[in-house]
Amino acid sequence: MNKLTVQQKLEILSDAAKYDVSCVSSGSNRKNSTKGIGNGVACGICHSFTEDGRCVSLLKTLMTNHCIYDCAYCANRRSNDRPRATLTVDEIVDLTIGFYRRNFIEGLFLSSGVIRNPDYTMERMVQVARKLRLVENYNGYIHLKAIPGASPELVHEAGLWADRLSVNLEISTEPNLKLLAPEKNFPSILSPMTQIRNEILASKEEARRFRNAPKFAQAGQSTQMIIGATPETDRQIILLSSGLYKTQNLKRVYFSGYLPVNLYDKRLPALTSPPLVRENRLYQSDWLMRFYHFKAEEILTEDQPFLDLDVDPKLGFALRNLHQFPVDINRADYEMILRVPGIGVQSAQKIVLARRHRKLTTEHLLKLGVVMKRARYFVTCSDVVLAASGWTPERLKHKIVAGSVSKNRKTLDTQLSLFGNFQAALPPLH
Amino acid sequence: MSMDIITYDGTFEGFLTGIFECYNRKIFPVEIVSRNGEQKHLFAQKTDIQPDSEKADRVWKGIQQKMTGKNKEMLFYAFLSEEPGIEMKIYRFVRRLFSGYFNIETDFGDADVLYLTQASQKVKKEAMRMMQFVRFQHTKGGLYFCGIEPRYDVIPLVVGHFQKRFADQRWLLFDLKRNYGVMYDNGKPQEVTISAKEFSQINGRVNENLLEEGEEFYQRLWKTYFTHINIQERKNLKLQRQHMPRRFWKFLPEMMILN
Repeated sequence: MNKLTVQQKLEILSDAAKYDVSCVSSGSNRKNSTKGIGNGVACGICHSFTEDGRCVSLLKTLMTNHCIYDCAYCANRRSNDRPRATLTVDEIVDLTIGFYRRNFIEGLFLSSGVIRNPDYTMERMVQVARKLRLVENYNGYIHLKAIPGASPELVHEAGLWADRLSVNLEISTEPNLKLLAPEKNFPSILSPMTQIRNEILASKEEARRFRNAPKFAQAGQSTQMIIGATPETDRQIILLSSGLYKTQNLKRVYFSGYLPVNLYDKRLPALTSPPLVRENRLYQSDWLMRFYHFKAEEILTEDQPFLDLDVDPKLGFALRNLHQFPVDINRADYEMILRVPGIGVQSAQKIVLARRHRKLTTEHLLKLGVVMKRARYFVTCSDVVLAASGWTPERLKHKIVAGSVSKNRKTLDTQLSLFGNFQAALPPLH
Repeated sequence: MSMDIITYDGTFEGFLTGIFECYNRKIFPVEIVSRNGEQKHLFAQKTDIQPDSEKADRVWKGIQQKMTGKNKEMLFYAFLSEEPGIEMKIYRFVRRLFSGYFNIETDFGDADVLYLTQASQKVKKEAMRMMQFVRFQHTKGGLYFCGIEPRYDVIPLVVGHFQKRFADQRWLLFDLKRNYGVMYDNGKPQEVTISAKEFSQINGRVNENLLEEGEEFYQRLWKTYFTHINIQERKNLKLQRQHMPRRFWKFLPEMMILN
């Protein structure tokens, strides 16, 4: 076999790593205290954007795309015939430093297929991080993937060098995971997740008492789920991610719209394009939970298994709860103002600050960046009574949707055509 | 009543001195403009102000005392936006600030306050873009060079960031439009101008024979990485442009794939 050049390896391995969604470099403010290279910036920095509009913040690559597993949803599964490559520890370190010094990247995101056994793989990934920190004097961002099944000692060491650790859940319910990835199981995914949570909490506690206590994964941990490969409902997904935020203290739950990578596998649905709109709506719900003080149960009630693809979940909530509106901009709580469709976090904060000085009118709201096209149905101001009353939810929805020209409105997006036996437990919404 | 116009040298220090003189001479100008800028009023009485660091300092300290937290630099950033007429807006804001109102920086219902907030945000965003889109080229002799064209004069705002990040590296950030740069060497940054320019005035590319050996290798790898991390099925060029404005593309090696 010919030896591959670094360039060829990088082609193969970045191609294989692109399905990992996480590209966040935020949450760490590691200082360049060793006068070496690199520091963390708490807000994160995106250095470039690819044609798909996704940010390139980290050198995101697999260590190897050889894998002993055969998961149906994965392009790197054992039974696929595709070029395989492995980057050595030194090659990864050189690439990271070379890119970082030119300000191409914010850090390294290292994941890997599993070779020989989980411990062997994890050990080599930890070596990369250790070498970067100790030999290269590197203080930039490192995100390591914890390999399910790796020993707790290795996960512990990984956390000492890395800023963020993550374990991918991929499939959100156990039976479906069993179906698509028979060699994996839920406990092997959840146990490193729990270990990481506990160590993060312990290290925070420690840091309170000793200033120089070593920090464990200071940017927290995250996970990722594939959307649309299995028949889980949006409600199940949202409840699960809300549970993960609460019980596992996750920083982020990522959703990845399923791309048909293994068309021959009949356990998977035949999609022509990834369910982008559904993925987007799930992210919007995620934002509602993280920044808008919404509870998972409020976003989708029990009789609604799926998110409405025509309107965003915040507008959906407002339409279902018209009795809570209109909101008086000059008096309502911050929480209530946040719930108005068309008002974002920044405008809401500006509103509560600005109204201390003077009564706000619709003109003020427009200037503050509120999208009045939506908000006018849900607020009252000091000047005029807006169009806020006398609407039925259906008519109002129609009015707002018709007014916004969106090329992405596709109602058939959640269709899971290959699951002939899958039937929604409840009648469709519209 | 005479119409007064204050002219100054275009620097922030000169502008602050101008504000000081307004109080000192008890005038309320109709306009404060840079000497080089154009003037709208024909029959106004012009007063030209020489920058005076002591007077400017007093005004700046006074402003600092009345502003809170992260808003302390707001007026400076707003000034850097170079928007026409920004001086009078800052001046009116400072008048209100000094006449005893407090927390006026949160009075977003006021047109001036909102305008200044937004102008300063624009400048901060441009500074952020420098942190994102600066690309160093490794030149012979070990210096990492980048020539770029920010919309506002924000290089001084990001020096601290690069200084912390590349503490062990010699680098030079050059503003092609304003024709000056900041060089970091031996642990301290300093302002420089360059007389013999061995790089493109358009996109800041250093002449090939002056590049360090590994440079081409890493740029090629970076381009490779950039092409392969893209998911073709999710193509969304509009989103890409939104996050990474076209005006920066010529400075980015990864966007030179097609050229």
